[in-house]
Amino acid sequence: MPLGTYKEAVSARSTDSKILDVSQDGGIVSALLCYAIDEGIIEGAVVAGTPDDDWRPIPTVVTSSDEVIAAAGTKYSMSPTLSALKDAVRQNGLEKVGVVATPCQVQGLRKAKAYPFTRFVTEKVNLIIGIYCMENFPMASLDTFATSKLGFDSLTEASKMDIGKGKFWLTKDGEDKGLAIKETHGYEQAGCNVCQDYVAEWADVSTGSVGSPDGWSTVLVRTDDGESVFKAAVDAGLIETKPMDDVKPGLPLLEKLAKGKKDKNTAERERRAKMGVRIPTIY
Amino acid sequence: MFDKLKKAFGGSEEPKPKVQKEVKAAAPAKEEPKAAAPAETKAASSKPRIGYIHLSGCTGDAMSLTENYDILSTVLTDMVDIVYGQTLVDKWIHGTYAEEMPEMDVCLIEGSVCLQDEHSVHELLTAREKSGLIVAFGSCAVTGCFTTYARGGQQAQPKHESYLPISSLVKVDAALPGCPVAPEMIAKTVVAVCEGDLDYLKPAMDLAACNAGCGCDVLTNVVRQGLCSGCGTCGLACPTRAMGYSEGRPSCDRDRCIKCGTCYVMCPRSWLPEGRIKKETGL
Repeated sequence: MPLGTYKEAVSARSTDSKILDVSQDGGIVSALLCYAIDEGIIEGAVVAGTPDDDWRPIPTVVTSSDEVIAAAGTKYSMSPTLSALKDAVRQNGLEKVGVVATPCQVQGLRKAKAYPFTRFVTEKVNLIIGIYCMENFPMASLDTFATSKLGFDSLTEASKMDIGKGKFWLTKDGEDKGLAIKETHGYEQAGCNVCQDYVAEWADVSTGSVGSPDGWSTVLVRTDDGESVFKAAVDAGLIETKPMDDVKPGLPLLEKLAKGKKDKNTAERERRAKMGVRIPTIY
Repeated sequence: MFDKLKKAFGGSEEPKPKVQKEVKAAAPAKEEPKAAAPAETKAASSKPRIGYIHLSGCTGDAMSLTENYDILSTVLTDMVDIVYGQTLVDKWIHGTYAEEMPEMDVCLIEGSVCLQDEHSVHELLTAREKSGLIVAFGSCAVTGCFTTYARGGQQAQPKHESYLPISSLVKVDAALPGCPVAPEMIAKTVVAVCEGDLDYLKPAMDLAACNAGCGCDVLTNVVRQGLCSGCGTCGLACPTRAMGYSEGRPSCDRDRCIKCGTCYVMCPRSWLPEGRIKKETGL
């Protein structure tokens, strides 16, 4: 089961042009957050924003659709998003909180729910939207891709950043410049090399571009909470869906990438254990 | 159940004659651990005998315990016998009712031990002799926490200057860090103890041997081991907001750090309770 437990897999996209104008792919994360906030299912969410438009992710608390849309789009560097959860609960006083999380962040959050060593915070999280993640890059790596490998003067010239079709893409003045994924290898952070989760297996609902056509996202609905929010957003007409069987490349590609990450990084864990350095203890 | 616990802890204590009854008594609690009234069905003698010792700390952990209003009366009245404790039952070997310390199945110890306080040292050493299990309850007992910084020269006794984790003097069987221990963590632990859920308690048992707690653990055992993914859980964990981030890595402000150890304990790359998370989420 390289994709973890899920109730339903569909290809989907937001029906709101305001979201699609700024979203990475199908705008599913933004659509779900906007719907959940507008309907009072959550009072706000913790997300990775880039308030300075310099591609540096900053953990951000959002409490309105406008703020959700302002923070839309994938960031390819580290955002210690969970650290802002405390702000959401303590400063903002939110009682029902959504979190947009990479697989490692979902793990941290689920652990904090199972072993709540921090008082009265994680119990208030009632929606975890997981995003597919192969690896994450230090800012200096992104700078290198932009300046040394793609000929930009600076990373800030890029208006869009994306990974797809085997390449890392930066867009400048409407023109896409691609770098073979192979060229990015060795620039990811080391902590990603021991991660065995590509599709945020413990989220309420997971989403990402892989498996669906351009402008669409593949959605894995996992828990009852995730299912009720996703279904309601679809019923409200905010998200349109297609069966996975009707789209290319479909679930097989997602499964292949998820399994590839598991195999590769399981081997890395074994390699490190053999060397005698630490790997996480699994209970 | 306590026989089972003891076995798992590797305790050398001879089994108590009441073990069989205790196992039976745990059964009604299992079905409805948070509901009232398994009391009628069990003999008074079958309840585990609990002690609560307060050494050098701020009473925050005892306060945290009492914050479990919904289960506290049931726990105290029906599920356990508090046989010793200055705060909870006014029984203290140096107190008003000076008497010998009773035998205890489990003794919770809050606070670090002051080497220059003969009463504390005596009480701790006696507790080890009289208790089946010693639980370091709260970060002061586990790591020394903020009492680490004591330098003596203060009233009421200027000579009191060395405050050690209790594991420096006695063998500890389980550790529950936190400054204070979170109420919901206490509740979950109580339920696990009553259900004999050793899987849930295993991390606390493994933590018992550790008495070094501070932001340095995250640096030494996670970041320097190439395991950090920059997820932000340590920032969520920190009760004093000592944990900031630089380039997606935790950066501990040592002037704020109280050495409670919660950041490392909550990090998903220190240990990950996969089994528990799957059980709680159904994923």
